[in-house]
Amino acid sequence: MLKTFLNYLFFPGFLFSACIGLFAGWVDRKVTARIQYRVGPPWYQNFIDIVKLSSKEIIIPEGAKLTFLLAPFFGLLSTILAATILGKSLSVNILGFTGDLIVILYLLVIPAIAMIIGASSSQNPLASIGASREIKLVLAYELPFILSIVAVIVKSGGSIQLGRILNHQINLCSNIFSVSGALAFIVALLCIQAKLGFVPFDASEAEQEIMAGTLIEYSGLPLAVFKLTKAILLYTLPIFLIVLFMGNDMSLLFIMGKYLLILVLIILIKNTNPRLRIDQALRFFWGPLTFLAMVALVLAFFGL
Amino acid sequence: MSLKIKALTKSLWVFHAATSPCNNCDIEILDVLTPRHDAERFGITLVGSVRHADVLLVTGVPNYKTKERLKKLYSQVSRPCLVVAIGNCACGRIMFKESYNSPCPVDEVVPVDLYVPGCPPKPEAMIAGIIKLINKVKGKEKK
Repeated sequence: MLKTFLNYLFFPGFLFSACIGLFAGWVDRKVTARIQYRVGPPWYQNFIDIVKLSSKEIIIPEGAKLTFLLAPFFGLLSTILAATILGKSLSVNILGFTGDLIVILYLLVIPAIAMIIGASSSQNPLASIGASREIKLVLAYELPFILSIVAVIVKSGGSIQLGRILNHQINLCSNIFSVSGALAFIVALLCIQAKLGFVPFDASEAEQEIMAGTLIEYSGLPLAVFKLTKAILLYTLPIFLIVLFMGNDMSLLFIMGKYLLILVLIILIKNTNPRLRIDQALRFFWGPLTFLAMVALVLAFFGL
Repeated sequence: MSLKIKALTKSLWVFHAATSPCNNCDIEILDVLTPRHDAERFGITLVGSVRHADVLLVTGVPNYKTKERLKKLYSQVSRPCLVVAIGNCACGRIMFKESYNSPCPVDEVVPVDLYVPGCPPKPEAMIAGIIKLINKVKGKEKK
Protein backbone atom coordinates (compact mmCIF):
# COMPACT_ATOMS: atom_id res chain seq x y z
CA MET A 1 0.00 0.00 0.00
CA LEU A 2 2.70 2.46 1.07
CA LYS A 3 4.85 1.36 -1.85
CA THR A 4 2.03 2.06 -4.30
CA PHE A 5 1.55 5.47 -2.76
CA LEU A 6 5.25 6.25 -3.04
CA ASN A 7 5.17 5.03 -6.65
CA TYR A 8 2.33 7.45 -7.28
CA LEU A 9 4.11 10.37 -5.66
CA PHE A 10 7.73 9.84 -6.66
CA PHE A 11 9.27 7.42 -9.07
CA PRO A 12 7.12 6.64 -12.06
CA GLY A 13 4.51 9.05 -10.77
CA PHE A 14 4.30 12.74 -10.01
CA LEU A 15 7.84 13.95 -9.32
CA PHE A 16 9.61 11.95 -12.02
CA SER A 17 7.07 12.55 -14.77
CA ALA A 18 6.75 16.24 -13.92
CA CYS A 19 10.53 16.73 -14.11
CA ILE A 20 10.80 14.87 -17.43
CA GLY A 21 7.73 16.66 -18.78
CA LEU A 22 8.94 20.14 -17.83
CA PHE A 23 12.33 19.35 -19.34
CA ALA A 24 10.60 18.14 -22.52
CA GLY A 25 8.66 21.41 -22.50
CA TRP A 26 11.99 23.22 -22.50
CA VAL A 27 13.17 21.06 -25.43
CA ASP A 28 10.01 22.17 -27.23
CA ARG A 29 10.66 25.86 -26.56
CA LYS A 30 14.35 25.59 -27.42
CA VAL A 31 13.79 23.74 -30.72
CA THR A 32 11.03 26.20 -31.63
CA ALA A 33 13.41 29.07 -30.90
CA ARG A 34 16.20 27.52 -32.98
CA ILE A 35 13.80 27.01 -35.89
CA GLN A 36 12.96 30.72 -35.72
CA TYR A 37 16.68 31.71 -35.48
CA ARG A 38 16.35 32.72 -31.84
CA VAL A 39 18.38 31.59 -28.85
CA GLY A 40 15.57 30.40 -26.61
CA PRO A 41 15.17 30.17 -22.84
CA PRO A 42 17.58 28.43 -20.42
CA TRP A 43 16.86 24.81 -19.44
CA TYR A 44 15.29 25.66 -16.08
CA GLN A 45 12.75 28.09 -17.57
CA ASN A 46 9.65 25.89 -17.23
CA PHE A 47 10.48 24.97 -13.62
CA ILE A 48 10.81 28.66 -12.77
CA ASP A 49 7.50 29.44 -14.49
CA ILE A 50 5.76 26.86 -12.30
CA VAL A 51 7.37 28.22 -9.11
CA LYS A 52 6.46 31.78 -10.04
CA LEU A 53 2.85 30.92 -10.92
CA SER A 54 2.32 29.02 -7.69
CA SER A 55 3.49 32.02 -5.67
CA LYS A 56 1.10 34.45 -7.34
CA GLU A 57 -2.31 35.61 -6.21
CA ILE A 58 -5.27 33.36 -7.09
CA ILE A 59 -8.22 35.24 -8.53
CA ILE A 60 -11.54 33.41 -8.46
CA PRO A 61 -14.30 34.80 -10.68
CA GLU A 62 -17.95 34.95 -9.66
CA GLY A 63 -19.86 31.74 -10.30
CA ALA A 64 -19.04 28.11 -9.67
CA LYS A 65 -16.04 28.68 -7.41
CA LEU A 66 -15.55 25.12 -6.18
CA THR A 67 -15.63 23.58 -9.65
CA PHE A 68 -13.33 26.30 -10.92
CA LEU A 69 -10.73 25.47 -8.27
CA LEU A 70 -11.10 21.67 -8.26
CA ALA A 71 -11.11 21.04 -12.02
CA PRO A 72 -7.33 21.49 -12.60
CA PHE A 73 -6.51 19.18 -9.69
CA PHE A 74 -8.72 16.38 -11.06
CA GLY A 75 -6.93 16.69 -14.38
CA LEU A 76 -3.53 16.55 -12.69
CA LEU A 77 -4.40 13.55 -10.47
CA SER A 78 -5.70 11.45 -13.36
CA THR A 79 -2.67 12.29 -15.52
CA ILE A 80 -0.31 11.25 -12.72
CA LEU A 81 -2.24 7.98 -12.37
CA ALA A 82 -1.86 7.28 -16.09
CA ALA A 83 1.86 8.10 -15.90
CA THR A 84 2.27 5.75 -12.92
CA ILE A 85 0.51 2.82 -14.61
CA LEU A 86 2.58 3.31 -17.75
CA GLY A 87 5.83 3.60 -15.80
CA LYS A 88 5.00 0.42 -13.88
CA SER A 89 4.25 -1.49 -17.08
CA LEU A 90 7.68 -0.53 -18.41
CA SER A 91 9.54 -2.30 -15.60
CA VAL A 92 10.05 -5.84 -16.84
CA ASN A 93 8.72 -8.15 -14.16
CA ILE A 94 5.38 -6.51 -13.56
CA LEU A 95 2.61 -7.41 -15.94
CA GLY A 96 0.04 -5.00 -14.55
CA PHE A 97 -3.63 -5.99 -14.50
CA THR A 98 -6.05 -7.00 -17.23
CA GLY A 99 -7.51 -3.97 -18.96
CA ASP A 100 -4.96 -1.38 -17.87
CA LEU A 101 -4.88 -0.18 -21.49
CA ILE A 102 -8.57 0.73 -21.24
CA VAL A 103 -8.02 2.44 -17.88
CA ILE A 104 -5.25 4.57 -19.37
CA LEU A 105 -7.44 5.52 -22.33
CA TYR A 106 -10.10 6.77 -19.92
CA LEU A 107 -7.58 8.55 -17.68
CA LEU A 108 -6.10 10.41 -20.64
CA VAL A 109 -9.47 11.96 -21.53
CA ILE A 110 -9.99 13.40 -18.03
CA PRO A 111 -7.54 16.35 -18.38
CA ALA A 112 -9.47 17.62 -21.41
CA ILE A 113 -12.76 17.22 -19.53
CA ALA A 114 -11.27 19.03 -16.51
CA MET A 115 -10.26 21.89 -18.77
CA ILE A 116 -13.75 22.07 -20.27
CA ILE A 117 -15.40 22.07 -16.83
CA GLY A 118 -12.99 24.66 -15.44
CA ALA A 119 -13.43 26.93 -18.45
CA SER A 120 -17.22 26.73 -18.38
CA SER A 121 -17.39 27.46 -14.66
CA SER A 122 -15.35 30.65 -15.08
CA GLN A 123 -18.28 32.36 -16.88
CA ASN A 124 -16.05 34.14 -19.36
CA PRO A 125 -17.43 34.34 -22.92
CA LEU A 126 -14.01 33.69 -24.48
CA ALA A 127 -13.46 30.74 -22.13
CA SER A 128 -16.82 29.29 -23.17
CA ILE A 129 -15.81 29.57 -26.84
CA GLY A 130 -12.58 27.76 -25.94
CA ALA A 131 -14.51 25.10 -24.03
CA SER A 132 -16.88 24.46 -26.92
CA ARG A 133 -13.90 24.09 -29.27
CA GLU A 134 -12.23 21.73 -26.83
CA ILE A 135 -15.37 19.56 -26.70
CA LYS A 136 -15.46 19.34 -30.48
CA LEU A 137 -11.75 18.52 -30.58
CA VAL A 138 -12.16 15.71 -28.02
CA LEU A 139 -15.03 14.27 -30.06
CA ALA A 140 -12.89 14.56 -33.18
CA TYR A 141 -9.67 12.90 -32.06
CA GLU A 142 -11.00 10.17 -29.78
CA LEU A 143 -12.50 8.12 -32.65
CA PRO A 144 -9.35 7.66 -34.78
CA PHE A 145 -7.17 7.36 -31.65
CA ILE A 146 -9.21 4.47 -30.26
CA LEU A 147 -9.45 2.83 -33.71
CA SER A 148 -5.66 2.90 -34.09
CA ILE A 149 -5.27 1.39 -30.62
CA VAL A 150 -7.80 -1.32 -31.52
CA ALA A 151 -5.56 -2.12 -34.49
CA VAL A 152 -2.68 -2.65 -32.03
CA ILE A 153 -4.88 -4.83 -29.82
CA VAL A 154 -5.83 -6.98 -32.83
CA LYS A 155 -2.18 -7.30 -33.84
CA SER A 156 -1.14 -8.52 -30.41
CA GLY A 157 -3.75 -11.27 -30.25
CA GLY A 158 -6.65 -9.45 -28.62
CA SER A 159 -4.82 -8.60 -25.43
CA ILE A 160 -5.85 -5.47 -23.52
CA GLN A 161 -2.94 -5.60 -21.10
CA LEU A 162 0.08 -3.36 -21.61
CA GLY A 163 2.51 -6.02 -20.34
CA ARG A 164 1.14 -8.59 -22.81
CA ILE A 165 1.31 -6.14 -25.72
CA LEU A 166 4.93 -5.38 -24.78
CA ASN A 167 5.79 -9.07 -24.46
CA HIS A 168 4.21 -9.77 -27.82
CA GLN A 169 6.40 -7.11 -29.43
CA ILE A 170 9.54 -8.26 -27.63
CA ASN A 171 8.96 -11.82 -28.85
CA LEU A 172 8.08 -10.93 -32.44
CA CYS A 173 8.80 -7.44 -33.72
CA SER A 174 7.71 -3.84 -33.03
CA ASN A 175 4.23 -3.06 -34.28
CA ILE A 176 5.47 -0.07 -36.25
CA PHE A 177 7.42 -2.27 -38.69
CA SER A 178 4.26 -3.74 -40.21
CA VAL A 179 1.97 -1.93 -42.66
CA SER A 180 -1.01 -1.76 -40.33
CA GLY A 181 1.19 -0.73 -37.39
CA ALA A 182 2.82 2.08 -39.35
CA LEU A 183 -0.55 3.44 -40.49
CA ALA A 184 -1.93 3.25 -36.95
CA PHE A 185 1.20 4.99 -35.62
CA ILE A 186 0.74 7.94 -37.99
CA VAL A 187 -2.88 8.30 -36.88
CA ALA A 188 -2.01 8.03 -33.19
CA LEU A 189 0.83 10.56 -33.54
CA LEU A 190 -1.51 13.18 -35.00
CA CYS A 191 -4.08 12.39 -32.31
CA ILE A 192 -1.63 12.97 -29.48
CA GLN A 193 -0.72 16.25 -31.16
CA ALA A 194 -4.35 17.25 -30.64
CA LYS A 195 -4.42 15.77 -27.13
CA LEU A 196 -1.45 17.94 -26.18
CA GLY A 197 -3.13 20.99 -27.70
CA PHE A 198 -0.19 21.72 -30.00
CA VAL A 199 -0.32 24.03 -32.92
CA PRO A 200 -2.30 22.66 -35.81
CA PHE A 201 -5.01 21.71 -33.29
CA ASP A 202 -4.75 24.45 -30.66
CA ALA A 203 -7.95 26.29 -31.59
CA SER A 204 -9.23 26.00 -28.00
CA GLU A 205 -6.27 28.00 -26.64
CA ALA A 206 -5.66 30.21 -29.65
CA GLU A 207 -3.74 33.08 -28.13
CA GLN A 208 -4.21 35.50 -31.01
CA GLU A 209 -7.98 35.25 -31.41
CA ILE A 210 -9.53 34.25 -28.07
CA MET A 211 -6.66 35.30 -25.75
CA ALA A 212 -5.87 32.13 -23.80
CA GLY A 213 -9.26 30.51 -24.46
CA THR A 214 -10.00 27.91 -21.82
CA LEU A 215 -7.30 29.22 -19.47
CA ILE A 216 -8.25 32.89 -19.67
CA GLU A 217 -9.61 33.29 -16.12
CA TYR A 218 -7.04 31.11 -14.40
CA SER A 219 -4.21 32.67 -12.40
CA GLY A 220 -1.71 31.60 -9.79
CA LEU A 221 -1.70 28.03 -8.52
CA PRO A 222 -4.56 26.58 -10.65
CA LEU A 223 -2.83 27.87 -13.79
CA ALA A 224 0.42 26.26 -12.60
CA VAL A 225 -1.49 22.99 -12.11
CA PHE A 226 -2.81 23.18 -15.67
CA LYS A 227 0.73 23.81 -16.96
CA LEU A 228 1.98 20.84 -14.92
CA THR A 229 -0.78 18.64 -16.37
CA LYS A 230 0.30 19.65 -19.86
CA ALA A 231 3.92 18.86 -18.96
CA ILE A 232 3.07 15.41 -17.59
CA LEU A 233 0.98 14.70 -20.69
CA LEU A 234 4.03 15.61 -22.77
CA TYR A 235 5.84 12.79 -20.94
CA THR A 236 2.96 10.29 -20.79
CA LEU A 237 1.60 10.34 -24.33
CA PRO A 238 4.89 9.65 -26.19
CA ILE A 239 5.69 6.86 -23.70
CA PHE A 240 2.23 5.43 -24.34
CA LEU A 241 2.96 5.40 -28.09
CA ILE A 242 6.33 3.75 -27.45
CA VAL A 243 4.67 0.98 -25.43
CA LEU A 244 2.03 0.41 -28.09
CA PHE A 245 4.09 0.71 -31.26
CA MET A 246 7.84 0.48 -30.59
CA GLY A 247 8.06 -2.01 -27.75
CA ASN A 248 10.75 -4.26 -29.17
CA ASP A 249 13.83 -3.10 -27.28
CA MET A 250 12.96 -1.61 -23.90
CA SER A 251 16.38 -0.84 -22.46
CA LEU A 252 16.72 2.63 -20.93
CA LEU A 253 18.85 4.07 -23.71
CA PHE A 254 16.45 2.91 -26.41
CA ILE A 255 13.44 4.29 -24.57
CA MET A 256 15.14 7.66 -24.30
CA GLY A 257 16.03 7.63 -27.97
CA LYS A 258 12.52 6.72 -29.05
CA TYR A 259 11.06 9.32 -26.69
CA LEU A 260 13.27 12.03 -28.17
CA LEU A 261 12.35 10.89 -31.68
CA ILE A 262 8.61 11.19 -31.01
CA LEU A 263 9.12 14.50 -29.17
CA VAL A 264 11.05 16.03 -32.06
CA LEU A 265 8.44 14.75 -34.54
CA ILE A 266 5.70 16.46 -32.52
CA ILE A 267 7.68 19.69 -32.29
CA LEU A 268 8.40 19.70 -36.02
CA ILE A 269 4.72 19.17 -36.85
CA LYS A 270 3.94 21.99 -34.42
CA ASN A 271 6.36 24.41 -36.02
CA THR A 272 5.65 23.77 -39.68
CA ASN A 273 1.86 23.99 -39.70
CA PRO A 274 -0.61 26.85 -39.31
CA ARG A 275 -3.54 26.55 -36.94
CA LEU A 276 -6.59 24.72 -38.28
CA ARG A 277 -10.06 26.10 -37.77
CA ILE A 278 -12.14 23.83 -35.56
CA ASP A 279 -14.31 22.62 -38.46
CA GLN A 280 -11.21 21.84 -40.50
CA ALA A 281 -9.76 19.89 -37.59
CA LEU A 282 -13.01 17.95 -37.17
CA ARG A 283 -13.13 17.16 -40.89
CA PHE A 284 -9.48 16.11 -40.82
CA PHE A 285 -9.95 13.71 -37.92
CA TRP A 286 -13.26 12.20 -38.99
CA GLY A 287 -12.31 12.03 -42.68
CA PRO A 288 -8.79 10.99 -43.71
CA LEU A 289 -7.52 9.92 -40.28
CA THR A 290 -10.51 7.72 -39.41
CA PHE A 291 -10.25 6.18 -42.88
CA LEU A 292 -6.53 5.48 -42.33
CA ALA A 293 -7.25 3.95 -38.95
CA MET A 294 -9.97 1.74 -40.47
CA VAL A 295 -7.56 0.56 -43.16
CA ALA A 296 -4.99 -0.20 -40.46
CA LEU A 297 -7.62 -2.15 -38.51
CA VAL A 298 -8.66 -4.22 -41.54
CA LEU A 299 -5.02 -4.91 -42.43
CA ALA A 300 -4.37 -5.94 -38.84
CA PHE A 301 -7.23 -8.44 -39.06
CA PHE A 302 -5.52 -10.02 -42.06
CA GLY A 303 -2.26 -10.11 -40.13
CA LEU A 304 -0.32 -7.66 -42.27
CA MET B 1 10.42 34.83 -0.02
CA SER B 2 13.73 35.11 -1.81
CA LEU B 3 12.80 32.19 -4.10
CA LYS B 4 9.55 33.94 -4.98
CA ILE B 5 11.35 37.12 -6.02
CA LYS B 6 13.98 35.19 -7.93
CA ALA B 7 11.34 33.20 -9.82
CA LEU B 8 9.42 36.40 -10.56
CA THR B 9 12.46 38.15 -12.00
CA LYS B 10 13.41 35.15 -14.14
CA SER B 11 10.02 34.69 -15.75
CA LEU B 12 8.26 37.98 -16.39
CA TRP B 13 5.07 37.44 -18.38
CA VAL B 14 4.08 40.57 -20.17
CA PHE B 15 0.63 41.88 -20.99
CA HIS B 16 0.42 44.69 -23.48
CA ALA B 17 -2.13 47.37 -22.58
CA ALA B 18 -2.45 49.90 -25.41
CA THR B 19 -4.23 53.01 -24.12
CA SER B 20 -4.72 54.81 -27.45
CA PRO B 21 -1.11 54.90 -28.69
CA CYS B 22 -0.06 55.76 -32.25
CA ASN B 23 1.09 52.12 -32.61
CA ASN B 24 4.76 53.00 -32.94
CA CYS B 25 5.68 51.81 -29.45
CA ASP B 26 3.65 48.62 -29.96
CA ILE B 27 5.73 47.69 -32.97
CA GLU B 28 8.93 48.34 -31.01
CA ILE B 29 7.63 46.16 -28.17
CA LEU B 30 7.09 43.33 -30.65
CA ASP B 31 10.64 43.96 -31.90
CA VAL B 32 11.97 42.96 -28.49
CA LEU B 33 10.46 39.51 -28.97
CA THR B 34 11.78 38.95 -32.51
CA PRO B 35 14.98 36.96 -33.31
CA ARG B 36 17.29 39.98 -33.18
CA HIS B 37 16.69 40.74 -29.51
CA ASP B 38 14.82 37.60 -28.35
CA ALA B 39 13.54 38.46 -24.89
CA GLU B 40 12.56 34.82 -24.34
CA ARG B 41 16.21 34.28 -23.35
CA PHE B 42 15.26 35.92 -20.05
CA GLY B 43 11.94 34.12 -19.75
CA ILE B 44 9.92 37.08 -20.99
CA THR B 45 6.85 36.06 -23.00
CA LEU B 46 3.80 37.91 -24.22
CA VAL B 47 0.58 36.47 -22.76
CA GLY B 48 -2.96 36.91 -24.01
CA SER B 49 -4.82 37.17 -20.72
CA VAL B 50 -4.27 39.76 -17.97
CA ARG B 51 -4.75 37.08 -15.33
CA HIS B 52 -1.48 35.44 -16.36
CA ALA B 53 0.54 38.65 -16.49
CA ASP B 54 3.30 39.91 -14.18
CA VAL B 55 4.06 43.08 -16.08
CA LEU B 56 1.61 45.54 -17.61
CA LEU B 57 3.16 47.45 -20.52
CA VAL B 58 1.26 50.68 -21.01
CA THR B 59 1.65 52.68 -24.21
CA GLY B 60 -0.02 55.92 -25.26
CA VAL B 61 -1.85 58.76 -23.57
CA PRO B 62 -4.99 57.55 -21.82
CA ASN B 63 -8.15 59.33 -22.96
CA TYR B 64 -11.49 59.36 -21.19
CA LYS B 65 -12.42 55.89 -22.40
CA THR B 66 -9.11 54.06 -22.16
CA LYS B 67 -8.48 55.54 -18.71
CA GLU B 68 -11.36 53.52 -17.28
CA ARG B 69 -10.23 50.41 -19.19
CA LEU B 70 -6.70 50.75 -17.83
CA LYS B 71 -8.03 51.02 -14.28
CA LYS B 72 -10.14 47.92 -14.85
CA LEU B 73 -7.22 45.98 -16.34
CA TYR B 74 -4.99 46.86 -13.41
CA SER B 75 -7.61 45.64 -10.95
CA GLN B 76 -7.80 42.31 -12.80
CA VAL B 77 -4.10 41.39 -12.69
CA SER B 78 -3.04 38.89 -10.05
CA ARG B 79 -0.55 40.47 -7.65
CA PRO B 80 2.43 41.02 -7.59
CA CYS B 81 2.12 43.14 -10.71
CA LEU B 82 4.57 45.65 -12.15
CA VAL B 83 3.59 48.49 -14.47
CA VAL B 84 5.92 49.82 -17.16
CA ALA B 85 5.15 53.01 -19.08
CA ILE B 86 6.61 52.73 -22.59
CA GLY B 87 7.20 55.83 -24.71
CA ASN B 88 7.07 59.57 -24.16
CA CYS B 89 3.25 59.63 -24.28
CA ALA B 90 2.85 57.19 -21.41
CA CYS B 91 5.68 58.78 -19.46
CA GLY B 92 4.58 62.42 -19.65
CA ARG B 93 1.89 63.10 -22.27
CA ILE B 94 4.33 65.43 -24.18
CA MET B 95 2.42 67.48 -26.77
CA PHE B 96 -0.96 66.03 -25.79
CA LYS B 97 -0.71 67.69 -22.39
CA GLU B 98 -3.16 70.48 -23.24
CA SER B 99 -5.38 68.26 -25.36
CA TYR B 100 -9.13 68.29 -24.68
CA ASN B 101 -9.06 64.51 -24.79
CA SER B 102 -6.31 63.68 -22.30
CA PRO B 103 -7.58 63.89 -18.74
CA CYS B 104 -4.45 62.62 -16.94
CA PRO B 105 -1.09 60.86 -17.45
CA VAL B 106 -0.72 57.11 -16.93
CA ASP B 107 0.85 57.37 -13.48
CA GLU B 108 -2.23 59.09 -12.08
CA VAL B 109 -4.34 56.09 -13.10
CA VAL B 110 -2.06 53.24 -12.04
CA PRO B 111 1.20 53.20 -10.01
CA VAL B 112 4.04 53.03 -12.54
CA ASP B 113 7.23 51.15 -11.60
CA LEU B 114 9.37 52.02 -14.61
CA TYR B 115 9.43 54.74 -17.26
CA VAL B 116 11.01 54.03 -20.66
CA PRO B 117 11.09 57.34 -22.55
CA GLY B 118 11.60 57.67 -26.30
CA CYS B 119 9.41 58.22 -29.32
CA PRO B 120 9.40 55.29 -29.85
CA PRO B 121 11.99 53.83 -27.42
CA LYS B 122 14.51 51.50 -29.01
CA PRO B 123 14.31 47.78 -28.16
CA GLU B 124 17.71 48.16 -26.50
CA ALA B 125 16.27 50.88 -24.26
CA MET B 126 13.43 48.56 -23.28
CA ILE B 127 15.80 45.71 -22.43
CA ALA B 128 17.93 48.12 -20.36
CA GLY B 129 14.74 49.23 -18.65
CA ILE B 130 13.75 45.66 -17.87
CA ILE B 131 17.15 45.08 -16.23
CA LYS B 132 16.60 48.19 -14.09
CA LEU B 133 13.14 46.89 -13.20
CA ILE B 134 14.56 43.52 -12.14
CA ASN B 135 17.19 45.24 -9.99
CA LYS B 136 14.48 47.37 -8.42
CA VAL B 137 12.41 44.30 -7.53
CA LYS B 138 15.47 42.60 -6.04
CA GLY B 139 16.34 45.77 -4.10
CA LYS B 140 12.82 45.91 -2.71
CA GLU B 141 13.33 42.49 -1.24
CA LYS B 142 16.58 43.43 0.56
CA LYS B 143 15.00 46.22 2.59
